[in-house]
Amino acid sequence: MKEDTFYIAEREIKSRLIVGTGKYKDFPQTAKAIERSGAHMVTVAVRRVNITDRSKENLLDFLDPKTYIILPNTAGCYTAKEAIRTAQLARAAGVSDFVKLEVIGDQKTLFPDNEATLEAARVLVQEGFIVMPYANDDPVMAKKLEDVGCAAVMPLAAPIGSGLGVCNPYNIRIIKETVRVPVIVDAGVGVPSDAAIAMEIGSDAVLMNTGIAGAGDPLAMAEAMKWAVIAGRLAFRAGRIPKKLYATASSPVEGMIE
Amino acid sequence: MVILVNGEEKELDKPLNIRGLLQLLNLQEERIAVEVNLEIVDRQLFPSFELKEGDKVEVISFVGGG
Repeated sequence: MKEDTFYIAEREIKSRLIVGTGKYKDFPQTAKAIERSGAHMVTVAVRRVNITDRSKENLLDFLDPKTYIILPNTAGCYTAKEAIRTAQLARAAGVSDFVKLEVIGDQKTLFPDNEATLEAARVLVQEGFIVMPYANDDPVMAKKLEDVGCAAVMPLAAPIGSGLGVCNPYNIRIIKETVRVPVIVDAGVGVPSDAAIAMEIGSDAVLMNTGIAGAGDPLAMAEAMKWAVIAGRLAFRAGRIPKKLYATASSPVEGMIE
Repeated sequence: MVILVNGEEKELDKPLNIRGLLQLLNLQEERIAVEVNLEIVDRQLFPSFELKEGDKVEVISFVGGG
């Protein structure tokens, strides 16, 4: 088989599993889980430094930006303006030019606000960010995001943290046919088979946080997800058998004992 | 003079630049971003950017998130 290197904006990403750093028990557990996952790119959130409680350690003391590609997100932003400001602050910290652009449209579902996402993407691309937008699974929206210059599109499998898996694999497949930039399924993955399905239908990568951090044993689940993404990708490249209504025998019909 | 830092009032007994403020707060300059009155301050200007009465300062860093 040909080489299968994964690139985002010409930057090599060594794993097709991208993981978040939220919801863990503590920083050491976060670091161990990420190590077990084999991830190369990790997302982080952008927040105020805790200036009163100085005993608080720093996340990046546990995740070396020289080892991992840091992907700051604009989580918690409900307007394009907030997301642009958050992205600019993240870049000012001097660690990464990547941004996972999130502009949320609804508090209950955390579905993206498409219009605001597109508006923010346009501005951030012009300012030189490598924009990876969290989006819904609408191929029309995906094309618009690519057209304004996003480096990838990230359609959700299901609502963030819902663990429902890939709710609409058909749309994800259509998105993969519609855009040329990497398609990264982001949000909603619950079990490794969800991640494997995302890869089997042709996604370039999977991004998850709760699926690992919220598991009974996050370190074990991190490793399980790692293998699922590898297996799914290899299966996609191997080419699956078609689905058929009726049986086709696996053993020969000649030479039967009579 | 009184300024706001991450939403909290801070009394300063003498004028400070951003570098001075970060030292006062016992914060390293790396891997953080500073915004004063909604404008991001380039880290090269930390030693020269003087804070004024009533300035709203935000000191931002990275935390766990998905």
